[in-house]
Amino acid sequence: MLRFIARRLLETIPVLFIIVTATFFMVRFVPGGPFDSEKATTPEIRANLEAYYGLNLPLHQQYTNYLKAVVLDGDLGRSTKYASRTVNEIIADKLPASLQLGGLSLLIALVLGLSAGVLAAVKRNTKIDYLASSFAMTGICIPTFVLGPILVLVFAIHLGWFSASGWYSWQDRILPSLTLGIVYAAGIARLTRGGMLEVLNLDYIRTARAKGASESRIIFKHALRGGLLPVVSYLGPAIAGILTGSFVIETIFQIPGLGREFVNSAFNRDYTLVLGTVILYAVLIIALNLIVDVVQVWLNPKLKFE
Amino acid sequence: MISPLRLSCLFVCFVGTLLSVTLTGCGKKSPSSASDSAPGSKILRIGNGAEPKDLDPHVVTGVGEHKIITALLEGLVTYSETGDIAPGVAERWEISEDALTYTFHLRADAKWSNGEPVTSRDFARSFQRILTPTIGSEYSYKLFHLVGAEEFNTGKLTDFSQVGVATPDDRTLRLTLKHRTPFLLESLLHYAWFPVHIPTVEKFGGLDRPGSTWTRPGNFVGNGPFVLVDWKSHQKITVTRAATYWDAANVKLDGIDFFAIESSDTEEREFRTGRLDYAYSLPLSKIETYRRDHADTYRATPYYGTYFYRLNVTKKPLDDKRVRRALALAIDRESIIKNILRDAGQTPAYHFTPVSQKFAATARLSGDLAEAKRLLAEAGYPDGKGMPAVDILFNTLDSHRTIAEAIQQMWKTRLGVNATIQNQEWKVYLDTTQTLNYQVSRAGWIGDYDDPHTFLDMWITGGGNNQTGWSNAEYDRLIRSALTQPDEAARMAVYQKLETILADELPVLPIYFYTRIYAISPKVKNWISTPLDNRAWKWVDLAD
Repeated sequence: MLRFIARRLLETIPVLFIIVTATFFMVRFVPGGPFDSEKATTPEIRANLEAYYGLNLPLHQQYTNYLKAVVLDGDLGRSTKYASRTVNEIIADKLPASLQLGGLSLLIALVLGLSAGVLAAVKRNTKIDYLASSFAMTGICIPTFVLGPILVLVFAIHLGWFSASGWYSWQDRILPSLTLGIVYAAGIARLTRGGMLEVLNLDYIRTARAKGASESRIIFKHALRGGLLPVVSYLGPAIAGILTGSFVIETIFQIPGLGREFVNSAFNRDYTLVLGTVILYAVLIIALNLIVDVVQVWLNPKLKFE
Repeated sequence: MISPLRLSCLFVCFVGTLLSVTLTGCGKKSPSSASDSAPGSKILRIGNGAEPKDLDPHVVTGVGEHKIITALLEGLVTYSETGDIAPGVAERWEISEDALTYTFHLRADAKWSNGEPVTSRDFARSFQRILTPTIGSEYSYKLFHLVGAEEFNTGKLTDFSQVGVATPDDRTLRLTLKHRTPFLLESLLHYAWFPVHIPTVEKFGGLDRPGSTWTRPGNFVGNGPFVLVDWKSHQKITVTRAATYWDAANVKLDGIDFFAIESSDTEEREFRTGRLDYAYSLPLSKIETYRRDHADTYRATPYYGTYFYRLNVTKKPLDDKRVRRALALAIDRESIIKNILRDAGQTPAYHFTPVSQKFAATARLSGDLAEAKRLLAEAGYPDGKGMPAVDILFNTLDSHRTIAEAIQQMWKTRLGVNATIQNQEWKVYLDTTQTLNYQVSRAGWIGDYDDPHTFLDMWITGGGNNQTGWSNAEYDRLIRSALTQPDEAARMAVYQKLETILADELPVLPIYFYTRIYAISPKVKNWISTPLDNRAWKWVDLAD
């Protein structure tokens, strides 16, 4: 297994290199630059700003300078939008909020999604199944930018239980986490139900039943392992997305997370911040996919570390 | 082999660890919670748009930054309680007879927040800093009225002593102008002219480069009515009353929380739940509700700005002024204001410069639809036949799209002119407009200062903000002569002529004059409305 992990880690080096290179050149070829503004500036001012950020150098030199700084010093550069902040600083500042939001949402998504999925599969074609499936379909169909304001309207404005937005006290965490969590819970519920239904029809479950195993033992000990496989595959990229923030949720609820920085950096042509967040997301996705692969081998005896 | 149950436990542990690592301060209410303040203290909580780029007046360019910086720093002049120009750090000033020299006398009790006196040298060194080429200040041009300032900023002059800034003593500052600048005092209200505490800036390495950490809480030394206490990026900036401010006795508030809220929907919800005393903007969809049901909080006040379309006069068919005029006449501005903008106080624009106390253009775009059709026919496009489709470009925003669609429809039904509409993301749109790669492009302009000059000097040949390809020798001559006129009446007469040329040539189609639409709690007192929506924070009060 260690050899497998080591090999996969080595494979990430060229993957990251390709991602960084592609992103570096792609953002440069998009029309508009970091210093374009509605009010025109003089060529001298623009030249000075470009010189300060090293954007006056030939592109290949900027690229090699950037790679050197990232690899040798872990320095992701200086943001062009937020004049006095470095990209490392912005990520360190914003990632915790995204992790908090993501962690809570994940918890909500797993608790709600797994329970609803298992219940729906076990009570197939009953009212419980229909209820759980309806929940899942509703969650999938309602986008966060609709669900978020509805929750705010009911729980913050009419009932006054929570704040409408902000990220100051623990109450402020509940509505955004619920909004994001419900959306993922819906997906998890659908996948769990599907996975469980497939496994519950297999011979070894029938054998377990014939041997007189209790229903709870059959479900939790025997069926869940196989039934969770599709969920685990889904969770890799989903967790990366959840943990690194959501632009929509962060905007609706005014959360100082990384998701907004990621999207806005592209709009602002903040080259270094775009690259910094892309690198972070890439590392997270690669790491989580690796974890998913390892977990899948653990869950599925048919798979081997190869 | 790990069982799924154990796996789930491990997973929950992982999430739990993650949360425990990151949930700092979650168990208790944060000390800087939005609603926290000492009992009886007057903390004004305002929505302030996007997260500020920085708080360095020589680096930033935004409106939101302006609001915060005017709380932390004060220039030579400031706003009076009624919105007029009032003494700031300068207690009085004299203007030479030729109006080319302004001598400011600084008050003795003006202090920095570290207790040091504010001197004329602080101003001179601050002006030197914003003009230093390597700072790359986008607003350095605001000081170009000073002798030698432009040359110093563009590197043609390296000796700052040759720039028109002199400090005969610690409390006297003399500014020498290269031409008459009747709006100099209005200009001085802008933060580009504000002083910074040079030793502090120097200590953090920011003297000749943008982006140093002198603007962080704990580092910032200011001379304004408030001091910087906290800056939670993308959340809020907290300032509290400065004990060292020369007019501290007149400061009414104990502090201000500037909330960085980009979404007007989010901001409006915050206002509705009482977490904000002021919402910087209201969503278009809420205007009617507020006007009807919350008249005590709804405000719509004149704003010194124009919403208009630029026309690229270098390309057919818009190189023909008859076509431009026909298109201008076919726009039903009243209908746009009534049906799209919810009639929230905007006024239709038939000339370019908004009406102000100083200036109201007499030249107007006038004519009826019959004239528009006749002009189009004369240009070779009777009933729009044979005229290539005109493309309207706008930056991606629903309200711009709705207006563009309405105008597209007006041109089609009234003139038979086909138009296409195209939205582009902000930076792409800027690039397309600045490189003249468009036909019709949406634009808006808010005055830099309260004077028609800020609107009319845009259209000088080759001017950075012209972006239409339009050039008119007479216009160039007149705009250059405006600042040499012997008196204000003569200067305003020049602007009337400029407006006449614009109304005749129409390189731009004015559509409407802006209104500032916002919500404010009835508890907020002394909130004055000014054409540029600025005010001195020291006058603002909160009722108990």
